[in-house]
Amino acid sequence: MSDTATSVRDLPAPARGQSLRFYGIWVIAAAALIVLPLIFSSGSSLTSFSLIGIAIIFALSYNILLGQTGLLSFGHAVYYGLGGFTAIHVMNAVTAHGLPIPLPFIPLVGGLGGLCFAAVIGWVMTKRAGTVFAMISLGIGELVASSSLILRSVFGGESGITTDRTALQQMFGWSFGPQIQVYYLIAAWVMISAIAMYALTRTPLGRICNAVRDNPERVEFIGYDPHVVRYLASCFAGLFAGVAGGLTAINFEIANSAYLGAVQSGLVLFATFIGGTAYFFGPILGAILVTYLQLGLTNLTTVWQLYFGIIFIGIVMFAPGGIAGLLMMHRPLVRAGTLGMVIPSYLLALVPTLVLVCGVILGIETLAHYTESQGQGNMINVLGIPFDTTRAGTWIIAAVMIVGGFVVARMTWRRIADAWDRATTGARDRGHLA
Amino acid sequence: MLELIVISTLNGVLFGMLLFLLSSGLTVIFSMMGVLNFAHASFYMLGAFFGYQLTKWIGFWPALVLAPLLVGAIGMAVERYGLRNTHKHGHVAELLLTFGLAFAIEEIVSMIWGKSPVDYRVPEVLDFSAFTIFSTNYPAFKMFMLAVSVLIFVVLLIVLKRTRVGLIVQAALTHPSMVAHLGHNVGRVFMLVFGVGSALAGVAGVIAGPALVTQSDMAGLLGPILFVVIVFGGLGSLPGAFIASLVIGLVQTFAVALNGSLASAFGPLDPSFNATVLSDIWNVTIAQIAPILPYVLLVLILIVRPMGLMGARET
Repeated sequence: MSDTATSVRDLPAPARGQSLRFYGIWVIAAAALIVLPLIFSSGSSLTSFSLIGIAIIFALSYNILLGQTGLLSFGHAVYYGLGGFTAIHVMNAVTAHGLPIPLPFIPLVGGLGGLCFAAVIGWVMTKRAGTVFAMISLGIGELVASSSLILRSVFGGESGITTDRTALQQMFGWSFGPQIQVYYLIAAWVMISAIAMYALTRTPLGRICNAVRDNPERVEFIGYDPHVVRYLASCFAGLFAGVAGGLTAINFEIANSAYLGAVQSGLVLFATFIGGTAYFFGPILGAILVTYLQLGLTNLTTVWQLYFGIIFIGIVMFAPGGIAGLLMMHRPLVRAGTLGMVIPSYLLALVPTLVLVCGVILGIETLAHYTESQGQGNMINVLGIPFDTTRAGTWIIAAVMIVGGFVVARMTWRRIADAWDRATTGARDRGHLA
Repeated sequence: MLELIVISTLNGVLFGMLLFLLSSGLTVIFSMMGVLNFAHASFYMLGAFFGYQLTKWIGFWPALVLAPLLVGAIGMAVERYGLRNTHKHGHVAELLLTFGLAFAIEEIVSMIWGKSPVDYRVPEVLDFSAFTIFSTNYPAFKMFMLAVSVLIFVVLLIVLKRTRVGLIVQAALTHPSMVAHLGHNVGRVFMLVFGVGSALAGVAGVIAGPALVTQSDMAGLLGPILFVVIVFGGLGSLPGAFIASLVIGLVQTFAVALNGSLASAFGPLDPSFNATVLSDIWNVTIAQIAPILPYVLLVLILIVRPMGLMGARET
């Protein structure tokens, strides 16, 4: 966690070339958001892009807590859901009273809803950090989720509350009926929120958040109250989570109590951690991957959540920096030109590791099919190959692939470790690694 | 009214003792390793499902012994191959590992046994009413549950306070490196404590399974309440966990039994709200808010006493 994007190196005024590259990344991201639907214009891909955009804002807002302030929250969906409900109620009120508020500003309303709740409940929640904060956030999450089922008039019980996004005042002549217009609205908010949240990490508040994460005691000694800092961080996290919730409300035109629940909180934690909490772009990668997997896997398998759990456990155990951490590990090697030393052992390890992964998938699918649908045909289709779940052969193949793959893969992983040591030594010799 | 009080007190103490079976393991593991085991409630669920399956195969009594042993073995494997490797990445990584495990265990259980409740019945030997108070037959199995949990509580207390093993465990809680210097294998002590804690959760699962519903979401339902218990009692405090377990057990049981609401209490003063939040609050019964009461207690204790009932430190 220490080698984050906040190292001392980039504090002095950046050179002209560096700032060009910095703004270039944002311009490229904006251009990609504009061009994407022109390339993939089918309805399903538009829906996916919209969901991914919302997930990006949500995961980034979560990382204000987890990555930047070191607060592990199990109830972040509370802000998201309440933002969504605020947005729905305001949309209905705007329609009913004919107020002149156009749809593009509704996510901001959702954000304010999330902010208000964070401002109220955050003070109690952030009294303690660490494990206790995690437990409190879990408790508050459950409290709000259960209360939402009791307060039916506000949350609409199990069925939720619906709205009509096209009934609001039009802006630029857009009705926001077609999905493409909603996509561009989401894309615009993704850019605004991402820039705002990145800017937040550069402010004195963002820096002191990092300090509270790393050493709260010293922060107290230099005259800041860690509790206040944590509180402010959770307010900002609530604001942006509310924006994501408002966008969801617009996207689906419905808000129900599932938005507030533990599943949603768990998903955003998965996305953020799998992507990597130490770098700003980590949660973006995670949100894209998790949403994509979620959409893709639900069609393929009934036990997709199990795969999520396994991927998450794997990341926690073997790559706690997430995908972003794994990628950034290679940066000094690329600069020093020693990357070539590790690539052969990567390729060598790929084969047995893939066998291991396929074995696990085959095992899980066979077991899932065997227990869930007895008597409804024994054939399953794993990665395009048909298997008979009642035949012993299938089980043996899976077991051999798992055990054999693991034994061989372990040897190749050791090779990677050796090659990695040599490559980093080379990079250190050339002065590219501290 | 008296009947309700007596029966609810019995049920509340029973639920509280069950909670303590779980929270005691959780608390000891936490104060020893600094890890809050998110998967603890999942071990409880595994205990219930193993108990169900083994009861079907070999009967209830062998299952009562074997299922907790199995769960304990799984717990030890988790400590040895999971947590010990994750320890170098810090407590957040350890907590996240157990969170991922809880998620995966729930999925695996619902994959194997399905999402609907399984038919886990009270064994026939214990399927009679122990005694009758005020026309209510109190089932013998509940008395059995109470006896088992009290027995385990007493044994645990004696082992921790009166034996050499307990001495080493207590010393390893506060001074792990000193204990290691004295020639004890602290890693193995940790593994055993984790295993025993998980096995206790397994026992709770086996005996609670027939009385409550054995279903793949039982861990998700009980887990948050368990964390409320140990935060409420003060993290790392065994007496605190005991008091908090009983308090929350009693509060929840009494709330479920009571059927009053603001509307029934102040009936004549009904301000006849329309369908607004106020009418929801006015008409909700105490039984309906029973599920959220533990969390309300949590918020209250955090405002009044942030370290919990018996907690020592603020951090």
